[in-house]
Formats: sequence, structure tokens, C-alpha cells
Amino acid sequence: MSAPALRLAHDPVFDPAGIAPPEVTGHGAGGPAPKRIIVGYGFWIFLLSDVIMFSAFFAAYAVLFKNTAGGPSAHELFDLRNTATETACLLLSTFTCGMASLAVGHRNQKWTQLALLVTGLLGLVFIVLEIREFTGFVSRGAGPTRSAFLSSFFTLVGCHGIHVSAALLWLGTMMAQFYAKGFRQDIRHRFLCFSLFWHALDIIWVAIFNLVYLVGVLPPELLP
Amino acid sequence: MFGKLTWQAIPFDQPIPLAAGALVVFVIAAILIWVAAKGYIPYLWREWITSVDHKRIGIMYCLLAAVMLLRGFIDALMMRSQQALAFHAPGYLPPEHYDQIFSAHGTIMIFFMAMPFVIGLMNFAMPLQLGVRDVAFPTLNSVSFWLTAAGALLVNISLVVGEFARTGWLPYPPLSELTYSPGVGVDYYLWAIQISGIGTLMTGINMVTTVLKIRAPGMSYMRMPIFCWTTLASNLLIVAAFPILTATLAMLLLDRYVGFHFFSNEAAGNAMMFQNLIWAWGHPEVYILVLPAFGIFSEVVATFSGKPLFDRRSMIIATLGICILSLCVWLHHFFTMGAGGDVNAVFGIASMIIAVPTGVKIYNWLFTMYGGRVRFSSAMLWAIGFMVTFVIGGMTGVLLASPPADFLLHNSLFLVAHFHNVIIGGVVFGVFAGYTYWFPKAFGFVLDERLGKAAFWCWLVGFYVAFVPLYVVGLEGMTRRMQHYDRPEWYPWLLVAGVGVLIILCGIALQIAQLWVSIRTRAQRRDLTGDPWDGRSLEWSTTSPPPEFNFAVLPNVTNDEPYWSIKQQARARGELVTPEPEYAPIQVPRNSATGFVTAFFAVLTGFSLIWQIWWLVILGLVGAYATFVAFAWRDVHETEIPAAEVARIDRANRAARAAALREEAVQ
Repeated sequence: MSAPALRLAHDPVFDPAGIAPPEVTGHGAGGPAPKRIIVGYGFWIFLLSDVIMFSAFFAAYAVLFKNTAGGPSAHELFDLRNTATETACLLLSTFTCGMASLAVGHRNQKWTQLALLVTGLLGLVFIVLEIREFTGFVSRGAGPTRSAFLSSFFTLVGCHGIHVSAALLWLGTMMAQFYAKGFRQDIRHRFLCFSLFWHALDIIWVAIFNLVYLVGVLPPELLP
Repeated sequence: MFGKLTWQAIPFDQPIPLAAGALVVFVIAAILIWVAAKGYIPYLWREWITSVDHKRIGIMYCLLAAVMLLRGFIDALMMRSQQALAFHAPGYLPPEHYDQIFSAHGTIMIFFMAMPFVIGLMNFAMPLQLGVRDVAFPTLNSVSFWLTAAGALLVNISLVVGEFARTGWLPYPPLSELTYSPGVGVDYYLWAIQISGIGTLMTGINMVTTVLKIRAPGMSYMRMPIFCWTTLASNLLIVAAFPILTATLAMLLLDRYVGFHFFSNEAAGNAMMFQNLIWAWGHPEVYILVLPAFGIFSEVVATFSGKPLFDRRSMIIATLGICILSLCVWLHHFFTMGAGGDVNAVFGIASMIIAVPTGVKIYNWLFTMYGGRVRFSSAMLWAIGFMVTFVIGGMTGVLLASPPADFLLHNSLFLVAHFHNVIIGGVVFGVFAGYTYWFPKAFGFVLDERLGKAAFWCWLVGFYVAFVPLYVVGLEGMTRRMQHYDRPEWYPWLLVAGVGVLIILCGIALQIAQLWVSIRTRAQRRDLTGDPWDGRSLEWSTTSPPPEFNFAVLPNVTNDEPYWSIKQQARARGELVTPEPEYAPIQVPRNSATGFVTAFFAVLTGFSLIWQIWWLVILGLVGAYATFVAFAWRDVHETEIPAAEVARIDRANRAARAAALREEAVQ
């Protein structure tokens, strides 16, 4: 990757006189990076830290997977049809979020708002499906207080759900900002972070889908 | 209406916490009234509370740390005096109060003294050393600071309203579960750490981005000062470790608040999982603290030896080696868990291997001094005191890293002596060296050297007198956290340790006197050139205190020690070698109250979560969200400093430096 292509904007804060040499060596000798790179880079680091937090919940789930305390196990509880619908919603929303990025790139207010709206609605459907699944479990006596296994399940999946809910709040704020402020540079930077966040939540869902639901429905004799 | 909060939360029947709490409230009220009466509030609001300048935020971090050092040290005094009195006697602290004191001591010293102090120094010095104008996200930096302060405030509120945890500084379940700790003490701990932990995580993100993406032109990775490298390593560890802390404490909160079973005895919970998770954060944490201290020593030793640091490359490799190894040794905190000989051997050997890169660093510092013209100023004394003390602490650590030895010494006062040996000898001496070294850069005048040296000797001697006896009683089998005991052979050693802590008290008193005297006589102590120690890195190339924009023009870096090489050329010629630059207006980020307001709502939310006042929780969260939206809505992000102002500041500094050069040439 040629780094100079990334130096899109002349940056007034860190390089007022334009003294940073135009060629970037790749050894970090090119002076302060432009704002867009700094914002995106910082947000990537945040996402990495968020993934580490999820990894702790995944680890707890793995440790407590068999600690059902005589209560229902994953095999008895999970219903892949519901999970498949949830997965479809999230993957589609990632596509529409990508469409929103394209629309922002073209500075098209109508398509930006529409794509974000569809993204948000798909996210909302996901949340509703998840809440339905959770309340179903609780009504069958398989709430989070039933066993250590269920505590870790509800926490891991619920933590992802809380992230999606927070992202929906952010999404609404983002739509309002595009509407009120237009495609200003700082708001586009913020949208870059939002779309990274939304896609990252998808990646975490893919891990949950595989490690929690697909492994969970395996017959117990197939598990180590 | 107010959840669990009633008048019973105020300890009217316990004279010690009540008197201490009343005194603190009185002092804070007196300070606030004095500030208001003098009319300083608008100034404080404008220049400090809402400031997003990394230097101001760094100074506020250090101030918070200094205040918390006093609080944590009072706890230490109470613990040492209790153990000096409690031979065949109950002492003066009842067990439930003693347990709160050692828990608060550890929590405060690690989270609210050591962390803010190193983060404060990194905040202050790192962007200056990189030759840039600010950190990557200035407003986020302010939010980080205020969230840390919010956590500190919550811990201190527990002194007066309710109680603090009685579980030790890491709340091991099942003791910390609701069944065995039904009070609000553990909740105070958990919410205070969660809130300040978010602040620390954001600091980590901010600083990693700054070091990797914002450096002066020409400053390639291998040209960065060592302090910037250790800052990078330390903040990478923050990003890697603090999310685990957040997740672990969240699990404990769920256990306590809604009856989950992560760590409980019932429903197949697993208490040992807590210890694994908490130390997966906790071990990197000690390197988060000590790596920046290593960086400070590298700067101080090179400056006061008048030589470039010996073999920078091996220092950098050792730093990153420690950074990675520190993530692979957490199990040595509980060899007694019973993971088996193989697992214990792996972690024991990994722990011993850390001594190798650390040893490399010690030799780097020694070889830097070797053949140099060493100036024994107080900053350098802290560094030398560190080298001796830290090596001893490191060796007792290698001893503890051997599982068979650890089985005997686990949870004994030998362990307590070991980690105080590395944390006081490493981190505390490091931040004091940094404080002395960068103080003139921050405030424009030098601290009193005579009182500084006296304080150093009190600390050094006091440390050995206080902690060598703990090694001895630890070997004699005394476990940590004992409120009373009846073994006559321990008694004399604990008396000696009590004397040691009094010697440290003298050191702290001398430091307060040093600050007081230096402020009173600051007119004679002015640092006019901005380079009082004959420094080598870029922070010494600007004025003391540096202007808001740090550098009139960004320095152009062409070698490892750009400022030193230019200074040597200037000395050879007897005049400044760089021509006056063409001054241009500079954009700096605007002040923002976001951090302060967010922290206000964080305290509100944290306090109401502790006492389970649910309507106030919702109010606090809505307030915090509204604050962020208000920040996101603003249209003007920067203000401009006119070229004439930049020129005035820079010309004054150039004149002072030119005068100093002429004076030097005359001599």
C-alpha cells in the first residue's frame, strides 16, 4: 500500500506550514498524519479493545459451558431458525450500512438517510428477535440466574445486544447530524467510525453465531 | 425514593472514620470557599477545568495523584501503627475497619495514585518529546481525566457515606459476592473502578494513536525518545488489559446485582475464573505502571550523565519484550490454585524470563553513567536509588516466581514486601524523578534541590526500614492483612517497620516543604531558557512553561537527539544556529466542558447505582448522553493564535537562549 495516497487533506492543525515532506517513508518520518487518518486509527484501536472485552466474555462462556447445574443445556435450548433470521438481519444491515457509506461519499442526503434508516430498522428487528429469544428462555425456567452456563450465555449475547442498541442510538444521532449539519468533514469522520463500529459488531456476531449457537446445537456426545 | 440510602449510612457510631471524613469535608469546603472568595473560579474554569491542553491535563492528573498519595499514605500509617500495637492486643482499629483500610490503601495507591501519576507525566511530556502540538484527541483526554477523578471521588465518598470494601484491593469471590459482603463497600469499589477504568482505556487509545500517528517530521520510530517508546508500550498494555478488567468486574456486578452465577458457590459458578481474569489484567497492570517509570529513568540518566543513552536499540527491544511477556505470566499470582506442575512450571519460567529484558535495561542505565560526567541532582538520586532498590525487588520476585518457594510464601508479608519493593522502588521513585525533572518545564521554575535531596534520603532509608522487616516476618510465616497476632518473634520487626513508615512520613513532609519553599522563592528560581538541566530531547527546546501550542514551528528531526545536536552546534558558534522562522497563526483546539460535565453525570450515576436509586441512574445516563450530543453538535472546534502572539513568545525565548549562549561563551 502506498502511504502517500492516504494523505488526502492538508492538515491545518498539525502541519500549518505544510512542512511535512510529501513522501511518506513508511518508517513514520512523514510528520503528523491528517485528521481523517488519526480519527480512523484511534477508532480501530478502540475496536480492538472492544474485541478484547468480548474475548473475556467468550472465555467465561467457554469455561462455564458445561456448568449447567442440572438446568437446561445449550443443546436443549437453542433454536437455529431464530438465530438464522437474526444473522440475516445483521448481514443485510452491514450491506445497507455500506450503501450509506457510498451515499455519503456522493454527498447524497436522500440516499444517505434512506440507507441509514434501513440499517437501523434491520438492527431494530435483530434486537426485537433477541429480546424474544431471551424472554422465551426465561419463561421456560432458563433465565440467567438458573446456572453459571446461562449467566455466561446471557452476558455474552446480551453484551452484543447492548452494543447494537447503543449503535442504534448513535445511528439516530448520526442521521440527525447529517440532516442538520450536512456532509461536514468532522461529521464524515464520525460516520467513518460509526460504520466501522457497525461492521465490527457483525464480526462479533459471526463469532457468536459459530461458537455459541452452532457449537451449542451439536449433540453433547460430539463435544470434547 | 433513595434506594438503600438512609441516615444509617453515615457512621455516627465510629469516631475514626467520622472524624477523618469530617476533616476532609471541612478542608475541601475551606479550599472551595477560599477559591471562591479570591475570585479564582472563572480562572480555574477557563484555564484548567475546561482545558483540553495536554500539559494542563497532565498537571491535573499529577495533582490528583499527589492528593491520593496522601490519602493512601494515611491508610499505610494506620496499618503499620495497628500492627505495631496489636501484639496480644486488639489495637485501636476494629477488624471490619482494618479490612476497609488495607482494601482502600491498595485500591487508592494503584488506581488513583500510581496510575494518574504516570498518566499525568505521559500526558505532559510525551507530545513535547514528539515535537507536536497536542495528543490525538484533546477533548477525549479531558474526559479521561475527569472520569478518573470521578472514580477517586466515589472511593473517598465511601469514607463518609456507607463503607468501603473489606475484600482486599482485588475483590476475590466468593468473599466479594453478595452473600458474604452484603454491604455497599464492594459496590463502591466496583463502580469507582469501572468509571475510572473507562477513562484509563480512553487514555490508552489516545496515547497509542498519538505516538503512532502524530510525530514531528523526520521523527521515525527509532528516533523517538525512550520515554515515548515506554509510553507506547504501556498504553498498548492498557488497550490490551483494561477491557478484561471491565469485563471481569461487570461479571461480578451481575453476580451481585441480579443474581448471576459467574463466581458464586451456587449453581456451578467458578470463583477461580475471577482470579484468572483479574490477573490477566492485573499482571500487565504492574508493567503499565513501571514501563513509563523506566522511560523516565532513561531520560534522567542520559541527561544527568551528559551522554546519549547506551544502546537505544536494545532498550527499545527490552521494552517491547517486557510488554509482550507481561501478558503471559498472570498465573504466578496463584500458583497455589492447583493447576498442576506443568502449568505452574510454564508460568514460573515465563516469570523468571522477564528478569532478562529488565536486566538489559539496568545495564543500559549503568553503561550510560559509565564514563559520563554524572551530576547528582535530586532527579538523578531517585534514579540511582531506583536501580539499587529495584534490583533487590526484582530478585525477590524471581524467588517468588519459583512455584515451590511460592507455595510457602504465598499471601505472606514476604510477598507484600516484594511488591512494595518494586512499586515504591520502581514506580514511586520513577514518578518522583519525573516530577522533579519536568517540574521546571511545567511551571517555569526549578524545585529546591536541598529539600529534594533530603526528601529522597528519607524515602530511601524509610523504605528499607519499613519493608526489610516485612521480608523477615514473611519468612517467619506471618500472613498479610492480620489485624492482630500473638507471635512474640514478629513483634520487634513490626515495631521497626512502624519506625520506617515514620521516616517515609518525614520524606513526604519534606516534599511538601520543598513545594512550598520553591513556590515562595520562585522569582529566584526562574528557568528563562527553557533548558535548566542541559537536556537532550525536544521538550527542552521550547519555553518553560511551554505556550499552548508547544512549538512555534514543528521541529524537523534529523537524528536521535535533534535538540542536543543543534545545541552543540550553537555552543560551538556561541550563537543560535537556527534562523528566526516565519511565524504563522496556529490553530489550537477550543476548551470544552464535556469532560467535567460527563464526570459529573458519571459520579451521579455511580453513586445512585451503589445505593440503587434507579431513577437517578436513568437521569445520570441521559445526562451523559446529552453531553456527548451537545459536544458533537458544536460547529467551531478550534481557535486561532495570531502570528504576532506566536512571534512574541518565540522571540522572547530565542533572546533568553542567545543570552545564555553568550554568557557560556564568556565563561
